[in-house]
Amino acid sequence: MHAFANPARFLKIARPLTPWLFWGGLLLIGVGAYSGLFLTPADYLQGESVRILYIHVPAAWLGMGGWSAIAIAALMQMVWRHPLAGVAGRAIAVPGALFTAICLVTGSIWGRPTWGTWWEWDGRMTSMLVLLFLYFGYIALARASAEEGRGIAENGGVSRVTAIFALVGAINLPIINRSVVWWNSLHQGPSITMRGSTIDSAILWPLGLTVLGFSLWFGAIVLMRMRAILAQNKVEARLARLAREG
Amino acid sequence: MAKTGAMKSKHQRLILAIIALVAVVAAGLLAASALKDEAAYFYAPDDVKTKGVEPGKAIRLGGMVVAGSLKKAADGVTITFDVTDGKATVPATFTGIAPDLFREGSGVVAEGAFDETGTFVATELLAKHDERYMPRELEGMNYNAATHEMKADR
Repeated sequence: MHAFANPARFLKIARPLTPWLFWGGLLLIGVGAYSGLFLTPADYLQGESVRILYIHVPAAWLGMGGWSAIAIAALMQMVWRHPLAGVAGRAIAVPGALFTAICLVTGSIWGRPTWGTWWEWDGRMTSMLVLLFLYFGYIALARASAEEGRGIAENGGVSRVTAIFALVGAINLPIINRSVVWWNSLHQGPSITMRGSTIDSAILWPLGLTVLGFSLWFGAIVLMRMRAILAQNKVEARLARLAREG
Repeated sequence: MAKTGAMKSKHQRLILAIIALVAVVAAGLLAASALKDEAAYFYAPDDVKTKGVEPGKAIRLGGMVVAGSLKKAADGVTITFDVTDGKATVPATFTGIAPDLFREGSGVVAEGAFDETGTFVATELLAKHDERYMPRELEGMNYNAATHEMKADR
């Protein structure tokens, strides 16, 4: 990983990779969304509303995957003092929060016709809402430490407190994942497990396309945001030097 | 010398981070297991039997609607049905408009309270969807929970 410690080397790889991830992801999302909306059959019980699955599941996956990545970045910052770890954490937080919000909103829209309610305080929904609030907390902490300018050179502007917050917040991830198993919940149990899938293959296949597509797209956005943060840090460092030399 | 010093502090940080992580995860799991009963979204019929819920106490009751138990009263808006979790079964009644997905053999979560006779009087009904998704053509086929396979009826 330390091969990428040098921002210049990181940029050399990130710059050509970004358009591939971006357009490749968008293409898969397009094909997956078209298939999910027009080619797959309706569900025997849910009817047409089953199609919200093709965005709800990738959104949930990226909301949780985003926080996992932030926690790994925080660990790399705390232990190995990796100079890009803080930059990565800040870059992931906003799209991660966005996908968590999309997951909650699409779930709510699906819940109304399926369950008969927009929102209930069951284990899955509550823990997912907590994840959204954790993202808000992380974004606020990271922004505050970046504005203070502490450790910009070393940690990409993310303070140690922010990194600890990211690590502690990761405890919510297994809780979200297990919430429908540990507790009685309104949300159904996992459909896709190690033993197979209880989603019929006729309905399942576009889901793989949209999950992969949104993941690639997420990667592209994170790389773009990392490059923007690095460029901004560079500008700030240059301005500070000019002010000193004044 | 400086190199080994840096290595040593890196190891110290790694060990410290691992100890802190283990402590936090243990604390979180302890809290979650302490919440096991409190965070349950509903009571299953078996919970009602074993723990006892006094009449009039507002709870949620969740389980499967027993096939063949759903009956409509003469007034047209009151329904009665049995809720089971496979271990215990309790009778329930509801007056109002049930969600579209509410049906026999399917999951239900009802808000309300038990009356003196042990019948659950629901004030609100939610349909609980299970983890199965399939096209309409497959409806009526038998689902094997162990192998996740669908078999045609007979």
